[in-house]
Amino acid sequence: MTTTTAPAPARAGRGAPRLRTRKKYSSDKPRRSALLTVVTAVVGLYSLIPLAWLFINATKTQSDLFDSFGLWFSGDFALFTNIADTLTYDDGIFVRWLGNTLLYVVVGAGGATLLAVLGGYGLAKFSFPGKKAIFAIVIGAVAVPGTALAVPTFLMFSQMGLTNTPWAVIIPSLISPFGLYLMWTFAADAIPTELMEAARMDGANEARTFAQICLPLLAPGIVTVLLFTMVATWNNYFLPLIMLKNPDWYPLTLGLNAWNAQAATAGGQAIFNLVLTGALLTIIPLIIAFLLLQRYWQSGLAAGSVKE
Amino acid sequence: MTTQNVPVPAVATPGAPTRRRVRRGRWTGWGFVGPFMAVFTLVFLAPIAYSIYLSLFRKQLVGGNAFVGLDNYQRAFTDPQFWESVGRVGAFLVVQVPIMLGLALLVALAIDSGRLYGKSFFRISIFLPYAVPAVVAALMWGFMYGTRFGLVGNINEIFGISLPNPLSPDLVLISIGNIVTWSFVGYNMLIFYSSLRTIPTSLYEAAELDGANQWQVIRSIKIPAIRGGLVIATIFSIIGSFQLFNEPSILQSLAPNAITTYFTPNLYAYSLSFSGQQYNYSATIAIIMGLITMVIAYVVQLRGMRKEA
Repeated sequence: MTTTTAPAPARAGRGAPRLRTRKKYSSDKPRRSALLTVVTAVVGLYSLIPLAWLFINATKTQSDLFDSFGLWFSGDFALFTNIADTLTYDDGIFVRWLGNTLLYVVVGAGGATLLAVLGGYGLAKFSFPGKKAIFAIVIGAVAVPGTALAVPTFLMFSQMGLTNTPWAVIIPSLISPFGLYLMWTFAADAIPTELMEAARMDGANEARTFAQICLPLLAPGIVTVLLFTMVATWNNYFLPLIMLKNPDWYPLTLGLNAWNAQAATAGGQAIFNLVLTGALLTIIPLIIAFLLLQRYWQSGLAAGSVKE
Repeated sequence: MTTQNVPVPAVATPGAPTRRRVRRGRWTGWGFVGPFMAVFTLVFLAPIAYSIYLSLFRKQLVGGNAFVGLDNYQRAFTDPQFWESVGRVGAFLVVQVPIMLGLALLVALAIDSGRLYGKSFFRISIFLPYAVPAVVAALMWGFMYGTRFGLVGNINEIFGISLPNPLSPDLVLISIGNIVTWSFVGYNMLIFYSSLRTIPTSLYEAAELDGANQWQVIRSIKIPAIRGGLVIATIFSIIGSFQLFNEPSILQSLAPNAITTYFTPNLYAYSLSFSGQQYNYSATIAIIMGLITMVIAYVVQLRGMRKEA
């Protein structure tokens, strides 16, 4: 790994001189550039306009949707009626889907994070027989297209009687090779081996050393892995699509697509306003989670990217 | 990794504790890695083994599955629909990935330069689309692409022009590329940005003393320093392109004529098994795609690392 190169310059520059020069450097720099800001703003607008479009159109009624300009409000401000309709349509199936998604996220992403934290810690801080083989297998598995495994997984699960149950969605979500990799690099850096030795000398067993000494040090990495596994399970579409037939077990993504497809079928009621409002309600929790936790996942990502 | 363990024996007291540590050190690691590996075996290794098994058989009308050796592979290599779909994601890869990563790198460098007004606003807002599920992104853009009531339709009306339909067979791949780019520019930007933040400032000071300008600093310090991040992002993007499924699958209801059942290899494998019940052939397609992906990812990694040395 590149560990040897990264810390060296930092150590060389440690102490007062480095602090002073860094300050000078950063106070020299902020010669703000309007041109650069405009260029970046174009990309910013590209990112935000579709989200603005979604919000604006979630405030329109089904008929206003079709005969008003997309990027401005028009007609009645129907956001709250739309939300109420979304939540109550078809006996409140949307709420059921929301509950399913939460179940898949809590158990799936929570379990995936737990396994990745334990595994990453074990790989970073212990040497044991077969460690190199594990590393090779897991890294190799990252390159295997996840969706390529879907068909055999489906056939296996249907023989085990798991398809059309929540387990079919939860069990495959429990593995995040990327999460394991991130935790592994993070734990190698964040936990001084001397600290673990000290805890052991004080008579703590391995489980206690891990839970009381190491776990707190891993917190930023854990939040990062948790956020990324949460996004992955919250946004999961392909896996539930093949595993679930019963709409009662659908997550939000599958449900929204079913509503959208409903308009295309003969005699189906077109409920595009509900599709858009439902889409808005689907993304809000994740956006809030990312905004609130940005300090953690940004430092976690930084640690992960230094080290490959 | 192992270098960190070296100083420990010197600190530890000789005698009993050392013996205990050695004995414990042999297998305790498995206690932590074991649970991951158990589930990993169930959801990764077993399906891979099973699909290799499936690909060697064919379902007969009479007598169930029969061993056919490599017949399914032979069929795949001469299947024009399969190769058309591979060619399509290949073209997608060659055009979309460089645009997306280039844009991400540009923004990351701009934010890192410290010369922007409101840089944390840009950082977070460009990242936000990553939190939007592929289903929602595809639905949303699908609506906006509409020539009758979507944003494209609005623009046509206002300016009295007639833009080509983004969901027509000629343009639909570009439209999908736009959705994917929109979703992942911010994610890649953050990977690059967090690598950039780890460059020691002393390097910039040295460059400043040597009179290097901004472009020289970018070319000779920043880009080489984040090569690892670039390689990882490229590999993830390649894997993502070859797996393309959600966006075309969702846009299919809006553009049934433009998106065929074999539009991408994954869509093809999906239709083969869930509409056609051809599980054996579908597993074969999946294995071939997995191999192609792994080979390309491996080549990219080798190239990336060689340049680093």
